[in-house]
Amino acid sequence: MNNTRNTSASNAPVLLAEDVWKDYDNGAVPVLMGVNFAVNKSETVALCGPSGCGKSTLLHLLGGLDEPDRGVIRVNGTMIDSEDARLPLLRHTIGFVFQLHNLIPDLTLEENCLLPAFAAGLDKQAARERLRELAARTGLTHRLGHRIQKLSGGERQRTAICRALMNRPGILLADEPTGSLDEQTGAQVFDLLMEVAAMEGATLLMATHDRGMARRCSRLVEMHGGRIDESVRA
Amino acid sequence: MYMRLIVTNLSRHRVRSLISVAGIAFSVAAMLAVITILQGAVGMFSNILSSDSQIIVFEKDVSDLFFSNVPVHDAVEMAAWPQVERANPVLFGVVTSGSQPIITCFGVEADDARLKKATWTSGNPANFGSDENGVVLGERAAAFLSASVGDLVPIGHARFRVVGILKTSNGFEDGGVFMPLKAAQNYFHKEQMSSAITVKLKNRDDAAEFKRRVARQYPEMVALEDEEFSRSYSQFRILKATAWAVGGCGLLLGGLGVANTMIMSVFTRIREIAILRAVGFSRAQIGRLVLGESIAVSALGAAAGLLIGTVALNLLKAIPALHGYVDASPHPRLMAVVAALALLTGLAGAIYPMVYAVRVRSVEALRFE
Repeated sequence: MNNTRNTSASNAPVLLAEDVWKDYDNGAVPVLMGVNFAVNKSETVALCGPSGCGKSTLLHLLGGLDEPDRGVIRVNGTMIDSEDARLPLLRHTIGFVFQLHNLIPDLTLEENCLLPAFAAGLDKQAARERLRELAARTGLTHRLGHRIQKLSGGERQRTAICRALMNRPGILLADEPTGSLDEQTGAQVFDLLMEVAAMEGATLLMATHDRGMARRCSRLVEMHGGRIDESVRA
Repeated sequence: MYMRLIVTNLSRHRVRSLISVAGIAFSVAAMLAVITILQGAVGMFSNILSSDSQIIVFEKDVSDLFFSNVPVHDAVEMAAWPQVERANPVLFGVVTSGSQPIITCFGVEADDARLKKATWTSGNPANFGSDENGVVLGERAAAFLSASVGDLVPIGHARFRVVGILKTSNGFEDGGVFMPLKAAQNYFHKEQMSSAITVKLKNRDDAAEFKRRVARQYPEMVALEDEEFSRSYSQFRILKATAWAVGGCGLLLGGLGVANTMIMSVFTRIREIAILRAVGFSRAQIGRLVLGESIAVSALGAAAGLLIGTVALNLLKAIPALHGYVDASPHPRLMAVVAALALLTGLAGAIYPMVYAVRVRSVEALRFE
């Protein structure tokens, strides 16, 4: 393996951004300006900062949903710079939970959760067993056959967590996962997210505005104006 | 899961999907009906020529048999060739009569196979030819001319006496007039001439030798076996080409309908496609999804179209004026070709939406939550 592409080592960060730059509209909207950032295995990291500071963009870059204009993204030591590198990442290494659940409304809870397993070509029976296990853990067993439109906001977000964990990813990226929920439901979803991340041994990187939740993570990182604010790095 | 996603999306916009299916269905039905009718007509015309014969001899390089001139004495000469069992001259003509714009006239000899094979509903076959002014009508011609045996009927600019009425399953013959060859030659001012000679050989294996001899002895003539004639006769080719062109235009419109549906389907599901990409769907998987929807629409349309086309042909067959012209049973190979064309059209219609869908970038669609 080429050393410049894969620097896999036991103590290497699972997520690494090196001098990452990103702008939109051909430079008219600069979003990330030389971000250097690392997350180690099994950490739970909260990414805080005002709206528009680049939290979501950084999450998208680290998760392979987008590519930086400049700089390097490494996941488990592998440079993520092509479709060939991104696809296995999305299928096996990273699970996403978005602010809006981003589920397909006409499919059932079960079908939505099985999508990642289907995309990755996993064994159907094994995938169903995995889903039953996750549904039991998230209290959704009785809702498996229900369409998404029939679910409450909290149930939808719990479904999104199940879907993110289907293929046993080592890394969970959550973009304001409680942002669209009321305080009580949001707290429940956050508790669940922390709990399942711990049980699965997954690394959790979460963008959030909620300081209370952020403080419960093992590390809190502040972003301002497209840069990591080193002065408040916890 | 693919099927589930495809069905879910198609049922999400039922009306749009149904319109698209209907577009393909009516295109397929129209193509099937038009081609079947034309093939039926071509087949029937071929049958007139090949009635109890294997080879047709006519003037080389004529665009239409009606313009072909073959001396009758050539038929007499050919009949004497050792490999020939029978050679019958036939003169074709088209006239109008009253409200009937087209009546096909067949100038034939008394021993012509067409007369022998038909069912005579009235009149005596033995009388055909004894009266130069006596004609035999097909059953449908007798009906629209309101004629019975013994009546004088107007055929074009002259009047003829009906000496018989016969029934055949061939629309051209059933709606036509059989004249003694001599009378037809006089009527159409083609003395001593026929349009073609139909030849029955003693042994079909002698066909190649017969054709060579015609080419050698009558360079201005051409001899074709029945299948060759059906394949190569320019009028048939024009008809077939027209039928396929008309059907093709219909399918093109149907294909545009599918393309429109698929474009709308993709444009309204950008976010959903982005979600699928975010959970690990590859570009190829997204492409297959769009393609699958298009195939489903086309396949449903093709199936419905084949059904509608077959029903329409049966309904057309029931119309008395079309009796004998419409073959209500489309050839399985034609059905397969039309269905395959419908699927190909659907696939072609899916190309642009598919390319658009595989280029959707998750982040663009998901960024604006």
